Amino acid sequence: MNTEKPYRRRDLLGIRELAASDIVGILDTAENFREISNREVKKVPALRGKTVINLFFENSTRTRTSFELAAKRLSADAVNISISSSSVAKGETLLDTAANLDAMAPDCIVVRHSSAGVPHRLAKVSRAAIVNAGDGANEHPTQALLDAMTIREHKGQIDGLSVAIVGDIVHSRVARSNIHLLTKLGATVRVAGPRTLVPKDFSFLLHGQEFAVDKRPLEVCEHVEDAIRGADVVMILRIQRERQDSAYFPSLREYSIHYGLTNERLDLARRDAIVLHPGPMNRGIEIASDVADSSRSLILDQVKYGVAVRMAVLYLATGGNPASS
Amino acid sequence: MKLLIANGHLIDPAASQNSGKDILVENGKVAAWLDRNETRPEGVEVFDATGLIVAPGFIDMHVHLREPGHEHKESIASGCAAAVAGGWTSVCPMPNTNPVNDNAAITRYMIEQAAKAGLANVFPIGAITKSSDGAELAEMGEMKAAGAVAVSDDGRPVPNAGIMRRAMQYAADFDLPVIDHCEDKSLSSGGVMHEGKMSLRLGLKGVPALAEDIDVVRDILLARDTGAHIHIAHISTAGAVEAVRRAKSEGVKITCEAAPHHFTLTDAAVEGYDTNTKMAPPLRSEEDREAILEGLRDGTIDAIATDHAPHHADEKSLEYDRAPFGITGLETGVGLAFTELVHKGVIDLVRLVELCSTNPARLLSLSGRGTLTPGSLADITILDPEKEWTFVAAESLSKSKNTPFDGRSFRGRAVTTIVNGKIAFNLP
Repeated sequence: MNTEKPYRRRDLLGIRELAASDIVGILDTAENFREISNREVKKVPALRGKTVINLFFENSTRTRTSFELAAKRLSADAVNISISSSSVAKGETLLDTAANLDAMAPDCIVVRHSSAGVPHRLAKVSRAAIVNAGDGANEHPTQALLDAMTIREHKGQIDGLSVAIVGDIVHSRVARSNIHLLTKLGATVRVAGPRTLVPKDFSFLLHGQEFAVDKRPLEVCEHVEDAIRGADVVMILRIQRERQDSAYFPSLREYSIHYGLTNERLDLARRDAIVLHPGPMNRGIEIASDVADSSRSLILDQVKYGVAVRMAVLYLATGGNPASS
Repeated sequence: MKLLIANGHLIDPAASQNSGKDILVENGKVAAWLDRNETRPEGVEVFDATGLIVAPGFIDMHVHLREPGHEHKESIASGCAAAVAGGWTSVCPMPNTNPVNDNAAITRYMIEQAAKAGLANVFPIGAITKSSDGAELAEMGEMKAAGAVAVSDDGRPVPNAGIMRRAMQYAADFDLPVIDHCEDKSLSSGGVMHEGKMSLRLGLKGVPALAEDIDVVRDILLARDTGAHIHIAHISTAGAVEAVRRAKSEGVKITCEAAPHHFTLTDAAVEGYDTNTKMAPPLRSEEDREAILEGLRDGTIDAIATDHAPHHADEKSLEYDRAPFGITGLETGVGLAFTELVHKGVIDLVRLVELCSTNPARLLSLSGRGTLTPGSLADITILDPEKEWTFVAAESLSKSKNTPFDGRSFRGRAVTTIVNGKIAFNLP
């Protein structure tokens, strides 16, 4: 893998747009930032004098806090702006909002929005670097990066691993970003869940990308068990309760019986398999409580690495050079 | 005043004419055809059409002129200016104005506004149901008497098959074609682009081809049952084209139109989330696009209609999910037809004229139009098939600039548009 090519792109819109070397560059940079959070004085001057705006059109305490801490630990000035969809309804267009913020000369805008493509549109008009903190069902690149960091920490590498992703695949930006990242770094991904949430042709996600001839990097499984069997990593997605109302599945109870991660299902994975969940968890629905609390579950590690990954992303987006391993 | 269109090549499929002819126009009508060696009458203004194609006026049977109600997007005058600049002598505005064109007063108002503008002819399409709410029938007979040429609930298609059946039975009494925007909203709800590889990749909610196919099949069954004339608006899927092809071969009274963006672009254009790639029906797959090309070629598709749908820049500046559906099309339609169809060998010039003039005039029963036989109305579109030009949205005569074709280069366009014997547009 070529780690010499520097990560030059200032925007982080998605994993899909990145080369494998870019991804490794971000992960290596994040490794270097990790120990800052363990210090007594958790602050370095790397981004002193820089301004980061967290522009959240959609609520997310966890991701916003993680970005805010990341900015502050690098000594950037961080401002949080939460815009509810109701104030957007007052008539200011997305591009008006962007132009107003841009006029205040931030170095980086971290944006989350319920509509896919918003970061891409902002990136075209903004002078600040745009970092995607989740756009609709499209991508959530920092989540995939922190998942990758967690996997790397516990498995040593990503190349050659088998990863199962279970749940609401079609509406999940976490799934999309993870599939792009994991397959670019050489893992095989198997997805499963109710057919209403996991389209048969989902492997088209990677259409047009080049892989070794003998590899099927993304496989859609008919049964959850097929996806989990022999997996090194089992990633469980949060199930959105409103999907029940839209008739994607009949009840949470039935979902948990047929698709939830129980110890019995996890036994199909490799003995040393790890369990990831992007949070917040619905205990007893997509993941049984005893699985969530077991030593194989690395959910809090994910949160911890989230800060380091976001420090790396902000640092690189505002002009820093990546670490080379 | 007499006008002689001299030295041009006349293509008039309705009269099986495809040869060099001079056209004498007098009092808004075609007075005579003259052969090249005939003596020209005295005291006529001569328009030199050397190297140009002279065709019966092009008729865009599917536009949105936004008046009354949404004049910040377009007015009848600005829409007609864009129409004649694009080569269209007549346009048929859909009824989704505010208020909805569901009664004779609105129909008459639209025609009066068009007369005031004095550019293109406007033949309104009335609503099928009151307010296009899909519940009670609108007064089709009154609207027809006021000048409406068809009925449609366009973007709000009648979901209830029982009401649609009665609407078709009733419309048939007045010989009004029923135009249907086929979209089963229970399947398309929330969708903003074609459901397929690209929607998976971009994380945008898809509109399955099935949403169109299922409604087209329903309409075919209703047309067979009622004997009414059903016209499928902006056909966009391979399944719908095939269904119409089969229905035609079985004698069902069905016609359909295709929009230039659907024979030019695919859902690949949505990459980058430009809201000017968002319209209903959406840009489909390459397979669907090819099916439309085949339908245009083999006669399954009867007309090219632009679905000109102006929206203000502020509205298109919203998120992809929230931006309104639709793009402008009046000034790019003929250029796209030349560039994508004629010059790529999909259709010839005769077929182009059929699709843009002969057929729309016939299926809307516009008497005296769609042909240039002596005695018919002098609506004439003069074309330069080789003219190379670039479309600049900022210079568009439409009030709105929402187009994915800004900066695109074309080969072939309408250079002069004559409406009722008067030159309404002449390319500088």
